[in-house]
Amino acid sequence: MAAPLALVLVVAVTVRAALFRSSLAEFISERVEVVSPLNSWKRVVEGLSLLDLGVSPYSGAVFHEVSVPFHFIILWSLITDALTAVALYFAIQDFNKVVFKKQKLLLELDQYAPDVAELIRTPMEMRYIPLKVALLLGYSIPLFLFTGSAFLSAIFLALATYQSLYPITLFVPGLLYLLQRQYIPVKVKSKAFWIFSWEYAMMYGGSLVVIICLSFFLLSSWDFIPAVYGFILSVPDLTPNIGLFWYFFAEMFEHFSLFFVCVFQINVFFYTVPLAIKLKEHPIFFMFIQIAIISIFKSYPTVGDVALYMAFFPVWNHLYRFLRNIFVLACIIIICSFLFPVLWHLWIYAGSANSNFFYAITLTFNVGQILLISDYFYAFLRREYYLTHGLYLTAKDGTEAMLVLK
Amino acid sequence: MGLLSDPVRRRALARIVLRLNAPLCVLSYVAGIAWFLALAFPPLTQRTYMSENAMGSTMVEEQFVGGDRARAFARDFTAHHRKSGALPVAWLERTMQSVGLEVYTQSFSRKLPFPDETHERYMVLGTNVYGILRAPRAASTESLVLTVPCGPGSTNSQAVGLMLALAAHFRGQIYWAKDIIFLVTEHDLLGTEAWLEAYHDVNVTGIQSSPLQGRAGAIQAAVALELSSDVVTSLDVTVEGLNGQLPNLDLLNLFQTFCQKGGLLCTLQGKLQPQDWTSLDGPLQSLQTLLLMVLRQASGRPHGPHGLFLRYRVEALTLRGINSFRQYKYDLVAVGRALEGMFRKLNHLLERLHQSFFFYLLPALSRFVSIGLYMPAAGFLLLVLGLKISSLHEAGVNPEEAGGPSNPAPTLPAAQAMGLALYILPVLGQHAVVLTLLAIYVAGLALPHNTHRHSSGPELPLNLPPCRVMSSQAPDRGWMALKLVALIYLALQLGCISLTNFSLGFLLAATMVPAAALINPHGPRSLYAILLVLTSPAATLLGSLFLWRELQEMPLSLSEGWQLFLAALAQGVLEHHTYSALLFPLLTLGLYPCWLLFWNVLFWK
Repeated sequence: MAAPLALVLVVAVTVRAALFRSSLAEFISERVEVVSPLNSWKRVVEGLSLLDLGVSPYSGAVFHEVSVPFHFIILWSLITDALTAVALYFAIQDFNKVVFKKQKLLLELDQYAPDVAELIRTPMEMRYIPLKVALLLGYSIPLFLFTGSAFLSAIFLALATYQSLYPITLFVPGLLYLLQRQYIPVKVKSKAFWIFSWEYAMMYGGSLVVIICLSFFLLSSWDFIPAVYGFILSVPDLTPNIGLFWYFFAEMFEHFSLFFVCVFQINVFFYTVPLAIKLKEHPIFFMFIQIAIISIFKSYPTVGDVALYMAFFPVWNHLYRFLRNIFVLACIIIICSFLFPVLWHLWIYAGSANSNFFYAITLTFNVGQILLISDYFYAFLRREYYLTHGLYLTAKDGTEAMLVLK
Repeated sequence: MGLLSDPVRRRALARIVLRLNAPLCVLSYVAGIAWFLALAFPPLTQRTYMSENAMGSTMVEEQFVGGDRARAFARDFTAHHRKSGALPVAWLERTMQSVGLEVYTQSFSRKLPFPDETHERYMVLGTNVYGILRAPRAASTESLVLTVPCGPGSTNSQAVGLMLALAAHFRGQIYWAKDIIFLVTEHDLLGTEAWLEAYHDVNVTGIQSSPLQGRAGAIQAAVALELSSDVVTSLDVTVEGLNGQLPNLDLLNLFQTFCQKGGLLCTLQGKLQPQDWTSLDGPLQSLQTLLLMVLRQASGRPHGPHGLFLRYRVEALTLRGINSFRQYKYDLVAVGRALEGMFRKLNHLLERLHQSFFFYLLPALSRFVSIGLYMPAAGFLLLVLGLKISSLHEAGVNPEEAGGPSNPAPTLPAAQAMGLALYILPVLGQHAVVLTLLAIYVAGLALPHNTHRHSSGPELPLNLPPCRVMSSQAPDRGWMALKLVALIYLALQLGCISLTNFSLGFLLAATMVPAAALINPHGPRSLYAILLVLTSPAATLLGSLFLWRELQEMPLSLSEGWQLFLAALAQGVLEHHTYSALLFPLLTLGLYPCWLLFWNVLFWK
C-alpha cells in the first residue's frame, strides 16, 4: 500500500505546484467560490508585507489569518496538503481496523440478525478506501490524527480551533472516539467517563491557551483575537461567497444584526448535542457529519471546505444502497457548481443580473448539501436498523414492510 | 420533504413520468418552438418606451448645419488617405487640433494566429487617432465616444468628415457636461479593441498597444458610425455585440426617437418596420427580423465596433448609412442632426443606462420582447431533456455504469480529448486551419468503431461501488447510462449558454434536443445517423448560414454556401483568438464532445 500512496502524493504535489505557478492561479485566486477573507492568498501577502515594514498585520482590516504558521507560509500549504493526505490515509486505515474489530465482536455476540451477511463490510472493499480518500482531498486545514493518542489529538484539535473557530465542535466526537477506544462506556454515572473527559478537556484547553499565548508573544499584541475570532463571529465582511451569511446581512438593518449573527452562529454549534446523543456509538460518523455541518454553516465557506467533507464519502461507500436521492442531489450540486461562475459573470461583468440570482444558486447549493448530509445520516441509521433487525422486514401480517423516516 | 422521503408518492410520480414520457417530450418540444415563433406576434411583443427619465422628458433642438464642411473634410481625408496608403495620421491630428480638440494617438500591433483570408492580413500594425472635447464646466469624470472605424481603403471617409464637422459644432456649445471622445481607429475592429484595452488598462486579447496619453473618465455610451456615401436613404442600426451581448434598450429607443423626429428612415437588420399589424404581413415580416436577430446574436460576432465596447459595460450602437435605390435621400446634415440630438440627450444622463432591458429580442425597431417572455421557449426545450433524464433515472439507470465492464473504454474522456484536439490543433497548422478543423471533426465520427475494438482492461478501483450487480440487462444498461450522462452534460451546457446568450442556446437546443432524446442503438440506425449528423454543431452552422441569407433575400447556391461556411469557420477561430469570442471554445470543448457521446450511444455494440 505504500507505493500507490507515494505515487499519489508525488502526483498531487506536482499538480499543486504546477497550478500555483501557472496563470490559472491568478484567475482562481480571484474567484469568490474559492477564496474567502479568511484564506485569501492576497491578504496573506498583504499581511506579510505589513510585517516586513514592522507594522502589526492586523492594523488594517484586511488580514484575518493566524500568526503561528506565518513564518513558514510558502511551504506551509504544500506540506500541510501532503501531510493531510498521509494523515487521512493512515487514519482511515486505522478506522477500518476498528470497524472490523467491532464488527467481529458484534457478530460473535450474535447481535446481528442472521440475514445481513451482505451488509457486512469485507476487507477487500475496504482496502482501497484510504487511497480514494487521499486522492480526493483538496484543501488543507490541520486535521487531527486520531492515532489513539489523546494528547496528540488534543494538540491538533487546539491547532484547528486556533486557526478557525469552528473545530471546537469536533471536541465532542473526538472525545467520544477516544472513550470508545479505551472501552469506557458513555454513561453519566460512570466515574471513568468524567475523569477521562476532564483530562481530555484539560489537555485541549491547555494546548489552546499555549498556542494563543505563543502567538501573542510572536507579535506582542492581542490584536489577533478581534481580528481573527471577532471577524469569524461577527461577520463584518459581506463579499459574496457560497455561504448563506452575506446576502442576509447585506439586507439587514443594523438594529437586528447582532441578534441574527447570534442565531446564525448558534446554528453551527447547535447540532452537536442532538447528534452526540444519537451517534454516541459511532463517533467517526458523528465527526463526518459535524465537519459537513461546519462546512455548510460557517461564516465564510469555500469549495475547499466542501471538498474536505466530500473526501470522506468513500469511507461510507457501503451506505450507497440506502441513499434515496443521491442522483437528484448530485445533479443539483453539479448544476449549481456550473451556474456559480455563469451568474457571477452575469451580475458583475454583464451588469444585468443582480445579487438575487447569485444568492439563489447559493441557496440551492446549500440546500443540496444539507439534503445530501441528511440523506447520508438517514442511510446510516437505516443500515444500523437493518443490522439489528434483519434485512427483509416483514410487517405483522407477513407482507413486506418499508422503512420510512418520519 | 414529501417527494424526497416518501417512497409511495415517488413511485406514483415515477410511473407517470415513465408512461407519459414520449407524449410529454413531443408536446414540450412543440410548445417551445411554437412559443418562439409566437414571439413575433402582437400579444408577446411590446412597444418600446424610454425608461430612463433623464433622457425622456427633455427637449433638444438640433442646430447642426455643417453639411458642406463635413463633405470638405471627407474629400481631404480621402485625398490624404490615397496619398499615404494608410490612415493619414498627421492630417487627422492637424485637423482635430484646428477644430479645437485635445489630440492623442496610439499605435498597436498584432500578429494574428494565422493569416486572415477575408481581410487579407496577418501582421497588423496601425495607429488610432482620437481627440477629446473637454466639457467646459465639468470635471472630466464621464465621457461619451463617437467612433469611426476605418478599414484599409478609404471607405468610411464620409463618416470621418461628418465626425470632424460635428466636433467643430460641438466645440462651440457650452452645455456639455461630459467629455466627448472622437475616435478614428485603423483596421476597424482590431484598432477599436486595442484602444479599449489601453483605455481600461487591461490586456485580455494579447494585442500590443502603446499606452494612452489622454483619458476622459468613465465612458457612459458610444456610437459607431459607418457611412459609405454622402447621401443616405436609410440608417441601419446594429445592436448585437460580442458573445451575443446587447446594449441597454434605452440607447436603441433614443436612436429611434431621433429618427422619428428627423423623419429619417431607420432599419433594423436591413428591414423596414412593418406598417400594419392587423393582417398577417406585419407579423411575418417581424418574424423575419426576429430570426435575423437571433441568428446574428447566436453567432457571437461583434457586428461592428460597438460589440467590443459592450464588454466594458459601455452601451454602444453601430449606425450604418445605406445608400439604396430609393428616391428620397438624406444628406449629411440630417444624419448629423440625429447624432447631435442623441449626444445631447446622452449628455443629460446622471448615471449609467440601467433602467431598461439588457436582454431582449427585436422583432421590429419599435417593438421588443423581454427576457421574461422569451425564456419559456428555451425552458420548454430543456424540459424535454429533463423529462428524458428522469425517465432514464426512474428506469433504474445509474450514471456510474457508463464506464462499466460491457464497454470498458472510457467514452467521456475520449470524447473530451477529441474536443480538446479540435480546439488546440487547427491553430497550430498555420495555413490549413479550416481543413484541420474539418478533418478532426470527421475523425471524431470514427470514434465508436475504434473504442469498441479494445478488450476489457483492468478495472479502476475508483469506478464502481462494491454492491453493484450486473444483471442480464447489462448490455442495455451500458448505453442507457452513457445516454444519461450525455443528456445531463447537454442540459447543463445548454442551460448555461441560454442564460448568457439566449439565441445561441435556443438555436442549439432546437437542433440538438430532438436528436439527443431520440437516439438509441435499437432503431433504424442509418436514419438516426443521418439525423444526428444533420443536427451536429457544424451542420447547424451551415444550415443557419443558408437560413440567414435566405431571410435577407439573398439566397445562396450550394457552392457559395460552402465557401461562406469555410470562411465562417476561419473567422470563428480567428475571432476567438483576437477578441475572445466564445463560440469556438463552446462548440469545440463543450458541444462537440457531447455530440460525440450521442454518436457513441448510437453505435453501441
